[in-house]
Amino acid sequence: MNRYSRRILTNRIGIGLSMLAMAFGLLALLWILWTLFYNGFAALSWDLFAQDTPAPGSEGGGLRNAIVGSLLIVGATALVSTPVGIFAGIYLAEFGGKSRFAAATRFVTDIMLSAPSIVVGLFVYALAVETLGGFSGWAGSLALSLIAIPVVVRTTENMLLLVPGSLREAAFAVGAPHWQVSLKVTLRAVKAGVLTGILLAIARVTGETAPLLFTALNNQFYSTDMSQPMGNLPVVIFQFAMSPYDNWVNLAWGGALLIALMVLAINIVARVLFRRKSSD
Amino acid sequence: MSAVMSTSRPVRSDLQARQIRKFKLQDTLFHQLTLLFALLVLAALTGILIALAVEALPAFREFGAAFLWTPVWNVPEAQFGALSAIYGTVVTSAIALLIAVPVSFGIALFLTETCPVWLRRPLGTAIELLAGVPSIIYGIWGLFVFAPLFARHVQPYLQTVFGDLPVIGGWFAGPPIGVGILTAAIVLSLMVIPFVASVMRDVFETVPAQLKESAYGLGCTTWEVVTGVVLPYTRVGVIGGIMLGLGRALGETMAVTFVIGNANRIVGSLFAPGTSIASTLANEFGEADPGLHISALFALGLVLFVITFVVLAISRWLIQRGLARQGK
Repeated sequence: MNRYSRRILTNRIGIGLSMLAMAFGLLALLWILWTLFYNGFAALSWDLFAQDTPAPGSEGGGLRNAIVGSLLIVGATALVSTPVGIFAGIYLAEFGGKSRFAAATRFVTDIMLSAPSIVVGLFVYALAVETLGGFSGWAGSLALSLIAIPVVVRTTENMLLLVPGSLREAAFAVGAPHWQVSLKVTLRAVKAGVLTGILLAIARVTGETAPLLFTALNNQFYSTDMSQPMGNLPVVIFQFAMSPYDNWVNLAWGGALLIALMVLAINIVARVLFRRKSSD
Repeated sequence: MSAVMSTSRPVRSDLQARQIRKFKLQDTLFHQLTLLFALLVLAALTGILIALAVEALPAFREFGAAFLWTPVWNVPEAQFGALSAIYGTVVTSAIALLIAVPVSFGIALFLTETCPVWLRRPLGTAIELLAGVPSIIYGIWGLFVFAPLFARHVQPYLQTVFGDLPVIGGWFAGPPIGVGILTAAIVLSLMVIPFVASVMRDVFETVPAQLKESAYGLGCTTWEVVTGVVLPYTRVGVIGGIMLGLGRALGETMAVTFVIGNANRIVGSLFAPGTSIASTLANEFGEADPGLHISALFALGLVLFVITFVVLAISRWLIQRGLARQGK
């Protein structure tokens, strides 16, 4: 075989393998989604939303308490992490500049973006559960906030840095104070991008299980009291999937489908929103 | 006329001065407020380190540094060592990366070089959505779908092929029960692929078009352009992406806990059930008694946090160096 055809052959093999890798990735996605939809839709019923999680050995049951708990915990997380994340992001973009403090904060945010979420759960256990008297929905929200905030900080800062300097200068030139320039001019200019960041942060924490295991714990009964242990979808899925009861496993699949649908929907909304605004 | 001017002017400048003072005060407040929130973020990380260290102190006082290399984890007798959990964490992550890195490289290569332009965005989005799937979904899929299939079809096959080889055979010894270190590693690799692939794609896109076009102009094949131009140019960023995947894999809890089998021991076989730091925490922390057990679990968490911190810090440094080339 001459050199030329050997090169062509190597190229064909390399490109063929890369296509195989792409197909492997897509097939994995489709396979996981297919089993999820297949088992999840079989578990969907009115009872899933109307009844609470069943006691061991009893028939039927639903996920009402877990769904409500998850919504409350994630809702509180969004309320806490949005202002904190946006203000910290504004600081980094508008005031921080190249200072050492800003560099350290950026470094920490990047680490926290990928830090093991179970360690965050441990931290909140030591901080809030041990000292403030027990597991609670609030503790769960605190743990999730620590995971959501870095996402919001990072996107806010990156978006604000995209604002052209001339826009800022024009606002300063008409005599606006810095806080008005930040909040009413630059932040407004990148509204869509910041909102995307918040949505992605919510999508990220919606499926997080590890940080809730020892903070919000679980609650077999319906409760809207955030200062008590609270049922939530991820922890229920974890416990029910590992259980020997068929109806529990079934409920776990139903819960997994609900979470996956929610996360995918938020992701898609965030993408569409961002693309439309950024192409304007 | 002049009298009017002289009376109105001081009033106006007085008003202006007051307005400016008000703005200045508001600006200072605003600055301090944003600073406070940035401080909060910084304090969270230091807080985590301090809290873990304080809680882990009793365990380290009891067992000393030997905690790190003792393979015993005996809850009833309160003897704790981290080695088997560290072993499981490192081995699953290493195998996951062995699978994930070539696949991610292939995906990034396809997306940046050979994929038709109209397909790039949908395929890229699909990979990013794969990254967004919560890890508990991977876990439940691994437990109910992948592990049984793996036990029935793949594990016996691996045993007949490699079982008789001297060293390698030992890796595939034992009953094919589905859950175990290898299964956890494979599920983990599926989780890590999207992260590594998107970083690789991003750094591949920083290669200047002229550079690639010159290589194509010399008659290079796509494969030669990628291995001879793109990879050397993006080496730093690619390694950063791999480290990011490693950081993710080391700390992953749910995907691993479902399928690793949760046995706190070290067995040479990859088919055997094992445990990782994160899955030990997920399984035992909720039911642990206050005292040495809890403290030992905190010590495990501290070990995990320190390992991932170092890996992620290196990854961030490399990725930023890799992306910074874009501007040059």
